[in-house]
Amino acid sequence: MSQKENLDKLAQEFDRWNDKTKQGLAKRPERKPDFVNTSGIPIDRAFTPLTQPDFDYMERLGLPGQYPFTRGVQPTMYRGQFWTMRQYAGFGDAEESNKRYRFLLEQGQTGLSVAFDLPTQIGYDSDHELARGEVGKVGVAIDSVKDMEILFNQIPLDKVSTSMTINAPAGVLLAFYMAVADKQGVTPGKLTGTIQNDILKEYSSRGTYIFPPQPSMRLITDIFSFCTQHVPKWNTISISGYHIREAGSTAVQEVAFTLANGIAYVEAAIKSGLSVDTFGPRLSFFFNSHLDFLEEVAKFRAARRLWAKIMKDRFGAKDPKSLSLRFHTQTAGCTLTAQQPKNNIVRVAFQAMAAALGGTQSLHTNSMDEALSLPTQEAAQIALRSQQIIAHETGVGDTADPLAGSYYVEYLTDQIQARAEEYIKRIDEMGGAVAAVEKGYIQKEIHDSAYRYQKDIESEQRVVVGQNRFQIDEPPFKDILRVDPAIGRKQEARLAELKQERDNDVVKRSLATLKNAAAGTDNLMPVIYEAVKIGATLGEVCDTMREVFGEYKAAAFI
Amino acid sequence: MGEGRKIRVLAAKPGLDGHDRGIKVICSALRDAGMEVIYTGLRQTPEQIVATAEQEDVDVIALSVLSGAHDYLFPKLMDLVKAKGMNVLVMGGGIIPEDDIPALKQVGIAEIFGPGTKTDQIVEFINKNARHAS
Repeated sequence: MSQKENLDKLAQEFDRWNDKTKQGLAKRPERKPDFVNTSGIPIDRAFTPLTQPDFDYMERLGLPGQYPFTRGVQPTMYRGQFWTMRQYAGFGDAEESNKRYRFLLEQGQTGLSVAFDLPTQIGYDSDHELARGEVGKVGVAIDSVKDMEILFNQIPLDKVSTSMTINAPAGVLLAFYMAVADKQGVTPGKLTGTIQNDILKEYSSRGTYIFPPQPSMRLITDIFSFCTQHVPKWNTISISGYHIREAGSTAVQEVAFTLANGIAYVEAAIKSGLSVDTFGPRLSFFFNSHLDFLEEVAKFRAARRLWAKIMKDRFGAKDPKSLSLRFHTQTAGCTLTAQQPKNNIVRVAFQAMAAALGGTQSLHTNSMDEALSLPTQEAAQIALRSQQIIAHETGVGDTADPLAGSYYVEYLTDQIQARAEEYIKRIDEMGGAVAAVEKGYIQKEIHDSAYRYQKDIESEQRVVVGQNRFQIDEPPFKDILRVDPAIGRKQEARLAELKQERDNDVVKRSLATLKNAAAGTDNLMPVIYEAVKIGATLGEVCDTMREVFGEYKAAAFI
Repeated sequence: MGEGRKIRVLAAKPGLDGHDRGIKVICSALRDAGMEVIYTGLRQTPEQIVATAEQEDVDVIALSVLSGAHDYLFPKLMDLVKAKGMNVLVMGGGIIPEDDIPALKQVGIAEIFGPGTKTDQIVEFINKNARHAS
């Protein structure tokens, strides 16, 4: 029988089956009248070849490592090596965080991921008035190269790749890292790792912005250009959907808003005079892995296919590395409950499995105590073990993109792509991602989804096990990590010491040079690097740029 | 509710924390429950929050902190509220360890709402305890 005859036969049979099933519903109704996922995608009773009768395998999927990269960015995927196991960590001061990193590396973690405290992320030294109460709380406090040296003590920077969640002051922290590497005798050409450097999602979802959009975009493209020449193996940006999703977006919105931000960065870099295939290969991405297992797997596949298409058709990229979307994944912190926290281990394992089936390049698995505090050492170890079990015991890494060809997964992949494309079109019409953020469009879309999600939980249309169903009386969870409140004073003392030791006149002059450069158009990275090497602090560098660039004042869109 | 005025709430994000999903959801829920809600946006100092609360003559200040800085920011804000002799219901939420709650209540934070709280509970608490409540 021909393909067409097969489909016709199936169509007849499907209609018969559907009629019969519907008749049975009176007696045995389904759990709900309509099945629709959080992104608004309708879910049929069963998917078959009739769902996508014109499915063109080569056009939609290709082979692993080939355009449009739906099936993954490498031909061998995890048959070569597993994803990098990279737990986001950092708290207190550099000494304490260094201890945690070395513990994680001893436990078989394969890359580092640095969490900075909020003053560091917003470019304030630990002795700044606005830093009070925040020093060392959500991450490690880093004020100068001195702290950074302690952070990476006994960790050889030519052997380990380091991801740094740093955005507005990304260039400064990269300069700190390069300076530490230099002291270790490691040249910039050998450094591997990532800076997040994604300011647009800070405006819409995460909140650690400093400067207005225009100078922020300039800093980003300065970094692209600088790294292309000097730190060629560094991922210059991690375009992040993670925080968009944590702020409440749907899976479709996560893909759409992330790739729309990606488009804005590529446009800015091209406008600054770079050609797409020089910086394109170093762009990387960061996604969330949420609860709806198969939707998440499809989301990663759809994101890869859509980005490949955007880079090829819109920007004319030719290098396959520019076309392939490489990404880090973190499991969804917002899905974890403070109630019966051990249940979170199970949630995280499923989310991590979705990331593996979606072809992630690296993965952070959240700790079970996420809804209560930063992870204790034990919680962090279980989280790491969860991904080691997926990698080494379940066999999901033995073939590339194992869920390809599932009628449901391919349907979801198409739906997510199409719906994300609609959003991107709307954002284009508004003038791009920067304009859409300035108008509050992205923020409002995310908030509406977040509120809908919360209402679904409260009406119990969405079940959260242990929270709105299957509750128990339990004592408060006691075993939580607490940051030493003396850290703030310790950092202040270290800053005072630094200002005694260094040549303050030289620092002053280098900051004046930076100020001039910021007012002009030269690449700021070499000037920042020079300043931090002679002891300029993060706060001093950022304050100098604040004087020239001003500060972003967010309107509260609600 | 003698003067027939809606309950006025200032929803605020003190400190450097950028997590605003929770507070924004609460803003929408309180509005749906008939209250007037003013949202400060991110990165407010306790001084700024108290000044806004005074200027807007609010009945309630709802604080949200997920960064762990509540132990510094909440008491500081309460000092200012008391120094000004304001009659305002101050409550907090976010990631706040159980062990920290007694000390926060001691300085005058009326209630702390943690993860998993239903917005109904917050509405009910305000209706019962805010100064304009009937």
